[in-house]
Amino acid sequence: MATNVLMEALSPTMEEGRLVEWKKQEGDTVAAGDVLAEVETDKAVMDLVARAPGVMLKHLVPAGTTLAVGKTVGVIGKVGEVISIAPAVATPPPAAPAVVATAVAAAVAPSPTALPPVAADGVAARVKASPLARKIAADRGVDLARVQGSGPEGRVVARDLDRATPSTAPAAAFRPAVSAGASFTDVPLSQLRKTIAKRLAQSIGPVPTFYLTSEIDMERVWEAREALNAGSAADRNEAGKASKISINDIIIKAVAAALKQHPACNAWWQDDRIRYWNDVHVSMAVAIDDGLITPVIRHADQKSLRQISAESRELAGRARERRLAPEEYTGGTFSVSNLGMFEIDQFTAVINPPEAGILAVGGTVQKPVVQDGLVVVRRRMRVTLSCDHRIIDGATGAAFLKTLKLMLENPLALVW
Amino acid sequence: MPILTYRDALNHALREEMARDPDVFLMGEEVGVYQGAYKVSRGLLEEFGPNRVVDTPITELGFAGVGVGAAMVGLRPVIEFMTWNFALLAIDQIVNAAAKMRYMSGGQVGMPIVFRGPAGAALQLGAQHSQCFEAMYAHIPGLKVIMPATPADAKGLLKAAIRDPDPVVFMEGEMLYNTKGEVPDGDLVVPIGRADIKRAGNDVTLLCYSKTVGICLKAADLLESEGISAEVLDLRTIRPLDLEAIFTSVGRTHRAVMVEEGWYFCGAGAQVVDEIQKGIFDELDAPVLRVTGADVPMPYNKHLEKAAKVSPEKVVTAVKRVMYRE
Repeated sequence: MATNVLMEALSPTMEEGRLVEWKKQEGDTVAAGDVLAEVETDKAVMDLVARAPGVMLKHLVPAGTTLAVGKTVGVIGKVGEVISIAPAVATPPPAAPAVVATAVAAAVAPSPTALPPVAADGVAARVKASPLARKIAADRGVDLARVQGSGPEGRVVARDLDRATPSTAPAAAFRPAVSAGASFTDVPLSQLRKTIAKRLAQSIGPVPTFYLTSEIDMERVWEAREALNAGSAADRNEAGKASKISINDIIIKAVAAALKQHPACNAWWQDDRIRYWNDVHVSMAVAIDDGLITPVIRHADQKSLRQISAESRELAGRARERRLAPEEYTGGTFSVSNLGMFEIDQFTAVINPPEAGILAVGGTVQKPVVQDGLVVVRRRMRVTLSCDHRIIDGATGAAFLKTLKLMLENPLALVW
Repeated sequence: MPILTYRDALNHALREEMARDPDVFLMGEEVGVYQGAYKVSRGLLEEFGPNRVVDTPITELGFAGVGVGAAMVGLRPVIEFMTWNFALLAIDQIVNAAAKMRYMSGGQVGMPIVFRGPAGAALQLGAQHSQCFEAMYAHIPGLKVIMPATPADAKGLLKAAIRDPDPVVFMEGEMLYNTKGEVPDGDLVVPIGRADIKRAGNDVTLLCYSKTVGICLKAADLLESEGISAEVLDLRTIRPLDLEAIFTSVGRTHRAVMVEEGWYFCGAGAQVVDEIQKGIFDELDAPVLRVTGADVPMPYNKHLEKAAKVSPEKVVTAVKRVMYRE
């Protein structure tokens, strides 16, 4: 029985993938679990592994092809097995290499019996699934196209859903994987909370967002940073560069500490409940070539500035190389997005569901402010908190922001 | 609880019903003096006399017709066919007369008659004497078709058939007459149209009746050793079908294999499968498969006959397919 190799959802939000390179050529022997190809997802370059042993009978798409999740990219089977399949045509790059006929390809002759044809427009034949599997998938909100079927001709049967549900839930019902030992409290929604959630979601899109802006005096953070970096000038990282603490590192530290005091803002929307996290995992938005990604600094509230600094630098570096593993950019409980380096004064950031909030950080600029009746020049920074109103109310968000402001205006509070 | 053979359980049913109701009488070839080709009527002539245990000439159409006439005037005949293969000669009386009498008389004439005898293949009896006709009779509106697998069911269902106001086709398993089982004491009447779980299981439902119940129980043993828990559901009555029991079991196991001794094409099991796909489509995790006798006249050759028959191994193979474990 030949097994179709599908473009699998290799990240929780992946809808399509680009086949970067075939690692198994036609005719190669394949063991279950072998890496068949490298696939570029919306987040990273990942391995596509074999789900069945056999021989790589056929590449249906050349390297460089972008295909939707669930589409067939190749076929694994027995040597000499006759398969029938039309190549899936998607968006091959110019001068895509033709599928080279090999000894194995010679066995690939049209036959009415074996595999379902893939339509020439690149739309795969409909997903084959048992009635029970369809019912279970509908109940759980699982997209069958993202499930690898183990029945004849790739039919999805009930047991495949038991195996696949956690990693194949579609983006719409995305619930990041929770690692073992994760610490949080689920609070079922009160009727009041339900009504607020429903009415606000009707008013604004799926995540009813409101924004709170605060201007923070950064003079003392600035001084602290100068002092810390002066003291650690001799402290060099592996690359031989002095590992300097950035303003952003201090902001992440302060955000984590403030979240610890305001757990109401350190939460996830879970449709029928709100998950209040006891852990603080701060997602930090990192711009990469053609988008952005949010590596997570886990337990940021328990880490020293030096740890946060080293970790954020390392994660951002690998993010730019697109070498982050999914668990490194999922599972955050709150996000920070900083556009200060682009001389942005103030902006609003879009919430990263299911998180309750994201802090948009503007640049720190010197400006005249009134202090004790005098106009003085101070370093000031504007931050804007985007809040999911289903979880965070105005006063709740404002209280968090006030704590953050006090901490940054008196950085000693971070070590207190 | 007494242990009885299937043969004696039927005998007890006849004796008890004849004793209970003077309108009940038995008629057929060799039922009296010879005490039945399979000794089901042993002792009945002696006990009830020649007016109620009637030996007939070899005239299936004739004595079936006499039975129909007797039922029309209010008696409760039990017509024994030496085997159901011979009843082909009487099928006009069964289908055209018995099955339609109540309907065509506008409800004025009842038809409390039982046609009974052994069905299915025994050993090397050849193509003409190794047949299953339950699908043919179950096809006919107006007939009930009963095929018990155990002595207790044989007794309880024959008593129910005799008391039923409508014509009943009662098919016994030729190879089952010598099998033994516990039969409850007392006036045991098993309701017509109720299936029975002969072995509980979780992974797959084996639907069967008559001789295939034993085959499925053996298959369930083999499957258990491979970690598959099979439920054996004995239909007992082919028409009316116990859809509730079938849906409940298959709805729980999500997989089913229909096992019948007769031929594949238009077999009784085809009706069961149709009801399942229509009634509980969303519960199915695999197509329902059927294990049937081979689609050929039964070979006389011993090895070919064995190959043509249903076996526990064939059931196991089908189960692995519906479990996606082949």
